[in-house]
Amino acid sequence: MERETIYFDNAASSRMDERVLESMKPYFFDVYAVATSEFGYSLGIEARDALDGARTKILSALGNPEGKLIFTSGNTESSNIAIKGVVKKLSGTKGKHIIVSGIEDFPVLNSARSLEREGFKVTYLNVDKYGLVDPDELNDSINEETILVSIQHANQEIGTIQDIKAIAGICNKNNVIFHSDATHSFGRVPIDLSTLDIDLLTVSAHTIHGPKGIGALYVKEGVPVAKWIDGGFQEFDLRAGVENIPGAIGFAKTIELITEEENKRIKNLRDYLIEKIQKEIPDTVLNGHPEKRIPNNANITFHFVEGESITLHLDMKGFAVSTGSACFSKSLEASHVILGIGGDHERAHGSVRFTFGRFNKKEDVDQIVDALADIVGKLRKISPLKGKKRGKNEISV
Amino acid sequence: MKFPYNEKVLEHFRNPRNVGSIENPDGKSTEGSPACGDMVSVYIKVDKDTKKIKDVKFESYGCASNIATGSIITELAKGKTLEEAKNIDWKQASDALGGLPKIKTHCSVLAVDGLRAAIANYEEKHGLVKEKVPTTKEIVLKRLKHVMNPLAGLDLVRTNLISNIKVENGIVEVEVQLPEDHQFANNIREEILEKLESLWDIDEVTVRFSL
Repeated sequence: MERETIYFDNAASSRMDERVLESMKPYFFDVYAVATSEFGYSLGIEARDALDGARTKILSALGNPEGKLIFTSGNTESSNIAIKGVVKKLSGTKGKHIIVSGIEDFPVLNSARSLEREGFKVTYLNVDKYGLVDPDELNDSINEETILVSIQHANQEIGTIQDIKAIAGICNKNNVIFHSDATHSFGRVPIDLSTLDIDLLTVSAHTIHGPKGIGALYVKEGVPVAKWIDGGFQEFDLRAGVENIPGAIGFAKTIELITEEENKRIKNLRDYLIEKIQKEIPDTVLNGHPEKRIPNNANITFHFVEGESITLHLDMKGFAVSTGSACFSKSLEASHVILGIGGDHERAHGSVRFTFGRFNKKEDVDQIVDALADIVGKLRKISPLKGKKRGKNEISV
Repeated sequence: MKFPYNEKVLEHFRNPRNVGSIENPDGKSTEGSPACGDMVSVYIKVDKDTKKIKDVKFESYGCASNIATGSIITELAKGKTLEEAKNIDWKQASDALGGLPKIKTHCSVLAVDGLRAAIANYEEKHGLVKEKVPTTKEIVLKRLKHVMNPLAGLDLVRTNLISNIKVENGIVEVEVQLPEDHQFANNIREEILEKLESLWDIDEVTVRFSL
C-alpha cells in the first residue's frame, strides 16, 4: 500500500500548504532577529513590522483591523488564556461563576473543570439534539455572580454552528464577558467582529493548512485579562517570550489562501459524501445539524458496529478518519459530544467524523464510501447487535 | 505504515475465524453491552460423551482487540474438553496473538469471559454444576456486575442502580432504581433475565423498576 493516505481528519490537523512554508522561510533565514522596539536595530524592526503585519491581516479577516490579537502556541493556549486570564483578573471583584456549553472542546471544558476544582461554580449548558445551545437557557443561567461565558462557534466533532450573535447579545446585555472558541470555524465560516460583539475569540492555523504551534486570541479593547506568561513585555504584555514570527507569518498566509470558492467546493464534496453514504449504506444517522454546520464536517453513526474497528479497517486501506468511540480515545471514554446531543453509547461508539480540506478530491469520497460499504457490511455480519432494533433518539435527515 | 496492533492481531481482525452464531447451541453467552463499547456472544456445541467442544462460534460488536481475541479463543477452544477450555485465560489468548496493548485488556478479556460463560451456561443447563452452591444475594450481585448501565457505560452494581435483591424458594427478585418507562428499561430487564435464569436452583426471575 504505497499510495498516499487519503486524509479526512483535517479538523485534527491538516497538511500544510507549500505556499505557507514559502512565506515563512525568510523569517527563519533572513529576518531571524527578535522583534524589537522601534528604537532597536533594523533587522529587529523589520521583524516587528512583519509580525504586526501578520497581526493586522488576521484581524482584517475577522473584520476588526484595529483590534488586539495575541499570538499563542495554538487554540489550546488561547482558550486557556481567555478563560483563566479573565477569571484571574475578575475573581474577587464580581463573583465565581462561569458558564460553558457541555459539548465544548477539551481546552475550554477542562479549563472550566480545573476552575471548578479551585472552587468556582460552573454551569455546563445542555444542548439540543443538534448540538445547539438555547439562548434563553443561557440567559436564565446568568446571575450576578457570573463573570464569563464560553461557548464555541462551531463544534469540533459534529460541526454544529451556534447562534453566537444571539449568545453575544445576551452576554453583552447582562454585562458578562463572552469568549468563543472558533478553532473549527475560522476560515471556513465568516466571522465579522464589526457586527458581532465578542470579547474574546480563539483561532488556530493548524486545521486549515497552516503551521502547527501557532494560534491567536482576539481580545476586545478593555476586556480584562491577566498576564499569562511572565517574562518580557511581548504581546501587549500578556504573553511573554520570543514571538513565533515565522508561525505568525504562516498563519496570515494561511488565511489569505482560503477563498469562498474553496469553501463552496469543500461543502459540495462534504454533501456528496453524506448523500452517498445515506444512499449506499443502510442504518446510518447524521450527527449534528443538517444545515447549521461548518462546510468541512460530516459526522455519521454506523449502527451496530464499533468505530475503532471501522477506523482501523480504513487505516489498513489507506484512509484517515476519527471516531467518537471510547476504544479510539486515550481516555477510553465515549464522545461527550454525541452523548451530549442525547445519543446513547452505541451511537457514540459507531460514530465516524470526516473532516475535509483543500486537498480532498471527489475520487477520494468515492473511494472512501466504497471502502466503508465493504467494511461496515463485514463488521455487521459479525455483530451480535445486527438483528436488534435501533436505539431511541434517532435524528432522521 | 504503522498500526496500533501487531501483524497477528491484525490478521485475526481482518479475517476472524469461527464467526457467526450456531442454531440451537448447547451453550451460549453474551458478555458486555453496546454501552461499554464492546459486546461478544459465544455459542458452543458440545459432544455429550467426550465433553469436548465440537464447534464454537462468536459474534463481536467491538474494537479490533475484541474481535481478534474472539477469533483466537475459538481456535484455542475447538476440540478441547470443557475442563480444558475453561482454563483458557486472557494471558494465553494474548500470548497466542503475540501480545495485546495493556489498555485494551478490558475489550479482550470480554471474549475470554464469553467462552467461560458459554461453558457455564452449558453446565448449568445440563446439570453438570459440580458444587451446587445455593444461590445467594452475593451470587446474584456478582452476576449483575456483568449487566451494563448504558447511561454510564458501567455496570448496574457499580452505578448503584440495584436497590434490592431477594432470593427465596427458587425466586429471585431484583429491584432497579430506574423508572419503568426508562429508555433502557427493557434492555436491562432482558440482560438481567439472561444472567440469572440459568442459575441451577432458580425457577423464576422478576425485575422491578422502582423509580
